[in-house]
Amino acid sequence: MTSNRLFNILIPIISVLLGLIAGAFIMLFSGYNPIKGYMALWSGAFGDLYFMGETVRQITPYILTGLAVAFAFRTGLFNIGAEGQVIVGWLAAVWVGLAFDAPMIVHLPLAVLAAAAAGALWGFVPGILKAKLGVHEVIVTIMMNYIALYVTNELIRSVLTDNLDTTESISASASLASEWLQGLTFFSRMHYGILIALLAAIIMWFIIQRTSIGYELKSVGYNEHASKYAGMNVSKNIVLSMVIAGAFAGLAGAMEGLGTYGSISVMSGFTNLGFDGIAVALLGANTAIGVVLAAILFGTLKVGAVNMPTVAGVPTELVDIIIALIIFFVASSYIIRWAILRFKKEEK
Amino acid sequence: MDYAIEMLNIRKEFPGIVANDDITIQVKKQEIHALLGENGAGKSTLMNVLFGLYQPEKGEIRVEGKKANITDPNIANDLGIGMVHQHFMLVDTYTVTQNIILGSEPTKFGKVNLKHAEQEIQELSDRYGLNVDPSAKIRDISVGMQQRVEILKTLYRGANVLILDEPTAVLTPQEIKELIEIMNSLVAEGKSIILITHKLKEIMQVCDRCTVIRKGKGIDTLNVKDTNVNELASLMVGREISFKTEKKEAIPQENVLNITNLNVQDIRRVNIVKGLNLDVRAGEIVGIAGIDGNGQTELVEAITGLRKAQSGSIKVNNKDITNFKPRKVTESGIGHIPQDRHKYGLVLDFPIGDNMVLQTYYQKPFSKNKILNFKEIYKKANELIEEYDVRTPSEYTKASALSGGNQQKAIIAREVDRSPDLLIAAQPTRGLDVGAIEFIHNKLIEERDKGKAVLLISFELDEIFDVSDRIAVMFDGQIVANVKPDETDEHELGLLMAGSNKDEAGETNDI
Repeated sequence: MTSNRLFNILIPIISVLLGLIAGAFIMLFSGYNPIKGYMALWSGAFGDLYFMGETVRQITPYILTGLAVAFAFRTGLFNIGAEGQVIVGWLAAVWVGLAFDAPMIVHLPLAVLAAAAAGALWGFVPGILKAKLGVHEVIVTIMMNYIALYVTNELIRSVLTDNLDTTESISASASLASEWLQGLTFFSRMHYGILIALLAAIIMWFIIQRTSIGYELKSVGYNEHASKYAGMNVSKNIVLSMVIAGAFAGLAGAMEGLGTYGSISVMSGFTNLGFDGIAVALLGANTAIGVVLAAILFGTLKVGAVNMPTVAGVPTELVDIIIALIIFFVASSYIIRWAILRFKKEEK
Repeated sequence: MDYAIEMLNIRKEFPGIVANDDITIQVKKQEIHALLGENGAGKSTLMNVLFGLYQPEKGEIRVEGKKANITDPNIANDLGIGMVHQHFMLVDTYTVTQNIILGSEPTKFGKVNLKHAEQEIQELSDRYGLNVDPSAKIRDISVGMQQRVEILKTLYRGANVLILDEPTAVLTPQEIKELIEIMNSLVAEGKSIILITHKLKEIMQVCDRCTVIRKGKGIDTLNVKDTNVNELASLMVGREISFKTEKKEAIPQENVLNITNLNVQDIRRVNIVKGLNLDVRAGEIVGIAGIDGNGQTELVEAITGLRKAQSGSIKVNNKDITNFKPRKVTESGIGHIPQDRHKYGLVLDFPIGDNMVLQTYYQKPFSKNKILNFKEIYKKANELIEEYDVRTPSEYTKASALSGGNQQKAIIAREVDRSPDLLIAAQPTRGLDVGAIEFIHNKLIEERDKGKAVLLISFELDEIFDVSDRIAVMFDGQIVANVKPDETDEHELGLLMAGSNKDEAGETNDI
């Protein structure tokens, strides 16, 4: 048992290291200096206060989309729809932010809750289809992503603006942006959303570990038959899990809409926040604390990568390759497990 | 002396435990050799070593006197060792022939030569009296027949030594008889058989010699004709075992369970419980005897709310609970020890402590305002672990890490502790060893003596005879006979289970 726990911690760490090493080799073979490349990455993420602020800004939605995938997974569901849930959350947050003026104490929570509700609705649809008709949630969530993308684009053009690509900025009373945080970080786009993201992680931990709701959700995820035998309502739990997961992703949309950008623009493609959330959840072993740590890593890599072309001449795509490699190593943890056991055996 | 197989001083370790410690087993040619031991004694490990799935740390294997290094199952196959697993490995939609040749298909110009294979299999089947139709589909043939297909599979691949892992667990008394004949004809044709079992009666009936292992150690090898059931049992368990379950005469009280004209459909939407009537009274154990597939599973599922009843009524303590949701059924005073403990009985990935409150987690004191009180949960779990002697490293250990017997004890602890008026026990001792069986039978009788109603469903006639106060025979979705255990015998019961009516069964019994 203890060795299992050790594996759960060791495997992500080893995967990250292997990913970075493999990335170094790729740089080497492509004629770049890996040391310079990684130094540029580091300084691009933590080099000064501005970069640090930007890194935190990037980590914020990653935590939330990571939670959205991880939470559903604990109930045995693959939420590939975090992407669409982010988009509708973003739209709902900006909509409420634009629609009226109210005191901040009312307006801001309302906008945040609207985002969560929109994401929850986007999770509810695949949840109810799975529970009542047995339609696989992967298929439905993927399709819901496209529906979210195109419906949102249409609403921005025809309802929120008069055929423009970007909405106006939201009222200050609905904004998460903070002059204080911006001042502290040389006018990065860091905002108060990080507090919401960390609070969400604590909420997920609390629901899963400490409540009878979490007990049921996990039980259904582990063994549907035994849960039914024990008198749990399996359908209800599937829907509830997707709704909560969707709400987390919807909040990630609010981070963008109320914090980073303060508006919403027509998108030519996906934000990728939701898809990256799958990677975050996987690396974080679907636990709340793991998701936070994995989000920190991926946020750092993403922001740091921007610095690589100018300083070391390494293309930013390299970071995408590294992230992909890390995920590859986590997913093939069997190989790492095997290697560790083998290593231990020889030691004996 | 010629030995077909010798395993000498085998030692196999796993991290933290020694599964086989210096075990020696020598199987003579043309003998049926029993390998007897409790669950977890190391029988399977030893056979997996022989079959090449594990490598022993120490010891030597000899096949026909020659030292063999069996590093994987293909080598075992080549050496003429074949294994029939407890759980059949057959493709339902394929024919017998297709299943048997799977993995080593004979081809002619790159095309599978089914005709030729079919012929060969027919010949083998005739030679050993297996009576298998090579062109039948697996899903259309009985469990006993499927087992014979597995035996054929090993013969087709040239096995001289057959390992049979608990072969009778899934068979009816008549099928067991047939299997014994088949084993005898295999031996007569020059094969040797290793029979893994913990059923002592079968060993006495069919085996020549018997090797007993206990806690990973070889205890003794005996000639079966020089020993008896009691000696074997005490060698296996390491203490005296009482076979006849001690119990007082039942004093049945008022009706607890009352089922009238119940109809239930199976997964294919075919009526499988057909107008069934059944009463169980407080203070009695009713055993349902029947061959698997006659509606027992669906009956239990209908009572416990896991399956919809089409019509009819189920009453508990005169309250109609027909088509109640499982939670309502539980709250109406029913405990259920499910047939499949891994699928239904436990959440294997949960700690054993969490499993102890699987139906009560939402109630006080285990949770309050939806917040779990782990202190109370684990206090309860510890009490139950103590009282029911569930052997587990701690209450935080995952249920999957426990042995089958201890998993079952945990389920029984949970169900009995709720003190239900009606306790349904479906196959409660399947796959367990005599020690655990004794414990579970005593628990059922204890509940009866407390004035609870107990409904026992079992495919083991011994268990039905031992524990029941009344036997209800189920055939084709109905209760076809109610008999007292001391007024009938296995033969009559077997015929009733196969669909003969009571008069016919009684008559043949008289002859």
